This record gives sequence, structure tokens and C-alpha cells, in this order.
Amino acid sequence: MTDSDADIREIIFDTLRNALPRPVALTEQTHIVDDLGLDSVAVMDFVMEIEDRLDLSVPLDKIAEIETLGDLLTVLRDLKAHV
Amino acid sequence: MTLLAKYAALAAQYARLEEAGTNPFNVAFEAVLSPTEAIISGRTTLLLGTNNYLGLTYDPSVIAKSMEATELSGTGTTGSRIANGSYQGHRGLEQALADFYGRKHGMVYSTGYQANLGILSALAGKDDHLILDADSHASIYDGARLGHAQVTRFRHNSPDDLANRLRRLKDVPGDKIIVVEGIYSMLGDTAPLREFAAVKREYGAYLVVDEAHSLGVLGATGRGLAEAAGVEADVDFIVGTFSKSLGGVGGFCVADIDGFDILRVVSRPYMFTASLPPGVIAATLEALHQLRLRPGLRHQLNANSRRLYDGLARLGFTVGPEPSPVVSTIMPDPDTAFAFWARLLEMGLYTNVSLPPATPKGLALLRSSVSAAHSPAQLDHAIALFADAGRELGLIPRPSQPAWGEPDFAGAK
Ligand SMILES: Cc1ncc(COP(=O)(O)O)c(C=O)c1O
Repeated sequence: MTDSDADIREIIFDTLRNALPRPVALTEQTHIVDDLGLDSVAVMDFVMEIEDRLDLSVPLDKIAEIETLGDLLTVLRDLKAHV
Repeated sequence: MTLLAKYAALAAQYARLEEAGTNPFNVAFEAVLSPTEAIISGRTTLLLGTNNYLGLTYDPSVIAKSMEATELSGTGTTGSRIANGSYQGHRGLEQALADFYGRKHGMVYSTGYQANLGILSALAGKDDHLILDADSHASIYDGARLGHAQVTRFRHNSPDDLANRLRRLKDVPGDKIIVVEGIYSMLGDTAPLREFAAVKREYGAYLVVDEAHSLGVLGATGRGLAEAAGVEADVDFIVGTFSKSLGGVGGFCVADIDGFDILRVVSRPYMFTASLPPGVIAATLEALHQLRLRPGLRHQLNANSRRLYDGLARLGFTVGPEPSPVVSTIMPDPDTAFAFWARLLEMGLYTNVSLPPATPKGLALLRSSVSAAHSPAQLDHAIALFADAGRELGLIPRPSQPAWGEPDFAGAK
């Protein structure tokens, strides 16, 4: 089974919608810290939800490089391609 | 002026706390009187936020050994053990730690922070994998960053999530190293170490346990959670600190692994910093001796922990999941934590504030830590102050009937 880009994008948006206190418009350009106000631990926690859903582990140095949801999508796609 | 501009928002917050007189991150003790009392802002203050678990900082024999060593061997070593040599005390303390833990090897670092930096960065090479509990202390995260291994984190205290992550790495080359703590410093909860040990065995991983807050606190002889859980044989490396129950400063690692001593020359936080001064080494050795000699200290500590934990829970505060010398109450938000902390200090009680991202799940915590040196009267007084300040700030309900007599601070030492 493979998750397409669109599937992964939907998983990211869906996880965030559940995690954020208020509804926010999400795009691949959404900046995780500036637009969503998540701190470093909150980002790691939110990525953890996605790791569960995609059954993969994202190394912390990769998470540290992620700025936008588009960056996250790229990282997840690359990791998914390698399992 | 632009160099620090990136901290502008934080600096504004900090300044606001300073102005309001509610900054918990800039407290000065004018004098420390004992393990449980100090003078702050001209007021004798009960200390409930020190990590001085066994209260050994003023132990006469510890002080005597420290003074004797300072007079005999000087105030400092002025260098690292690799470049400038070891003193007798360093080896002696390493042997004493190895003996205490029943392990072949021991190694002393200049702080517990450096012990984690040094051990984690040295154990995990480029193609290895470090798997950290999500609530790990900053020193564990920083140690992971100092090395070159792949690092992932698993859900706090979840053997299932740990197993998931090891499963995903099953066919990936490289050693897998799991890192957990004995007692977690923010909420005082303990790791499910038996379950972690089982997962570790199933996947052939290594297990590192940081017993910083559990040394001298848990286990039949005070060795920590691994002893209490009966899984010492599954724990490959124990890391810890001298700065809490042993009342000094420094860190250590003990292990049975063959070839251990090579870690001394591949561990940058060991090599490129000065070794601990003779006075600290001698004090720590004596504190360890006292810890072993006086199990009553640990029993008193655990009774005290229970007293504070139950007392605060009974008042209606939300406390951590289990009693431990770290007793945190969960605050609704950081501003309330600051206000509550400041009110308690005004009343003569010193505690700590812990905030995200240092805390799990974005929690704002009013954190206390208990000492064996606290008298029951001191703890009851602290609980009474929590009750007064908590009701004042509307954090806990007012009692339907008066539950408290006059606090008996006169009887407190
Ligand atoms: C879990 C844990 N590990 C390590 C440390 C660092 O100890 P030290 O104060 O000796 O640097 C601490 C203390 O803050 C801690 O809580």
C-alpha cells in the first residue's frame, strides 16, 4: 500500500486540525512556528501523530529543518519512499 | 543591538516578570541557612524547590571530608583528566560508584548534563540509532544532538510506541540505543522499566537509564528505579548526577560492558573540560557513603513525599500521576503559575515554575521538591500556604468547613 502525496497532505492537515484549538486555513505554505504558534516540543508531538498514521519514524534532525507544511510533506514523502 | 533582536519577544516577557516582581528565573538567596531554609528578600523562607532529596548539603561528615580534601589537594584541578591527569579521588569515586551499583566500571563527569552529553554522543555512532523517551531532559536531547546518530523519540512511557519504532528499524543496520529516565523531573512519574526491558530484549537493543532523580530515592539500597523494578541486568548503562540526592555537583556513568574505558577518549564532554575539584569529589564520596549507611534518609524522604503529595491532592490541586520527591501541581496557564509562585514566596515558601517546552504537553507547572530534611511540621506548613494562596487565587475550592488549625511553624526546624 502506498500513500500518495495527496493522502499524506490530507493526513497532515487532518492531524493539525485535530490538534489546534481553533480552525486555521492550512496550505503547503503555512509556516509551522510563525503561523501556527507551535513551540519545538509541540511540533515534535504533532509529528508523532503523523508518524503513527504513516507507520514511520521521522529523525529529529529532519524535524528541525521543517519550516512549512510543504517541507513536512517533502520529508514524509521521502521517508515513505524508502520503506 | 541587532544581535539579540531575535530574543525580543522573550526579553519583553522576561522584563514584564521582573517588573511585576514575579520572575521565578532570577531568585537570589541572600543566605542559605540549612537544606530547608534560606533568606530571600530579607525573609526566612522555607525551601521546597531544591532537589536536595536527602538533605546532605550540610551533613557534618560530608563538609569535613570536603574541607580536608581542599586543604590537602587544593581548590581545583585546573585541567582535564586526559590532558592534565587524574587525582586519586577521581578513581576512588569511580570505584565507589561501580561498587555501589555492582558494576565493573564507573566514570565521573563534571556535571550530570555533561554525563548525558558525553555518554550518548560517544555510544551512538553515525550509523546507530538513539531512541529517546519524548519527555527526556534537555541534557539527553542535547547529548543526542552532539553525536551523529539518527535520533527519534517515542511517546512518553509507552513500551508500545518504543516497540513500534524498533520494529521499523528492524532491518536497518546499526545499534539501537534506548534512553529513559528513572523519575521524570517535571511530573515526578517513573518509567515502566520492566516493560521497556522486555522490549529491549526482544529487539536486541541497548538500554540507558538516567537515574538523576531516582538515585538515593528508589530501590532497596537506593540505586534507583532499575533496582526497584528488578531489571538492573537489562540496563546496560546507568547515568546520574551528584547534584541532587548527593548534594554536590558532577555526573557519572556505570556499566559492565567490556572496553568501557575507551569512552574516556571519545567523549568530548569528558576530555575537553576540567575535572571536578578534590573538595567536590571527597564530598560526593562521603555523601554516597552516607546514602548507603543511612537508609533511614530514603525512608524519611519517601514518607515526606507522600505527605506533601497527599496533602496537595486533598486540597484539590491536580498533582502528578504518582507520589515522588518531585511534587508538581498543574496550573491553568503560565501567568497563573507566576502569580501563584510569587504569592507563595511572599508567604515565605520557595518553589519552582516549569514551563513549556521544558514541560510535557504544554503544561505550566508549579513544581516542588521534597527533602528528607523537611520536618513534618514544615511540610504541613507548606501545605497550609498552598491552601491559602490557592484559595486566594481561586485555584482550589474553599473548604465547606475549616480543615486547618493554626500552622505550627514554631515547631518547624
Ligand atoms: C534527568 C536529568 N538528567 C540530568 C540532569 C543534569 O544534572 P546536573 O545538574 O548534574 O547537570 C538533570 C538535572 O537537571 C536531570 O533532571
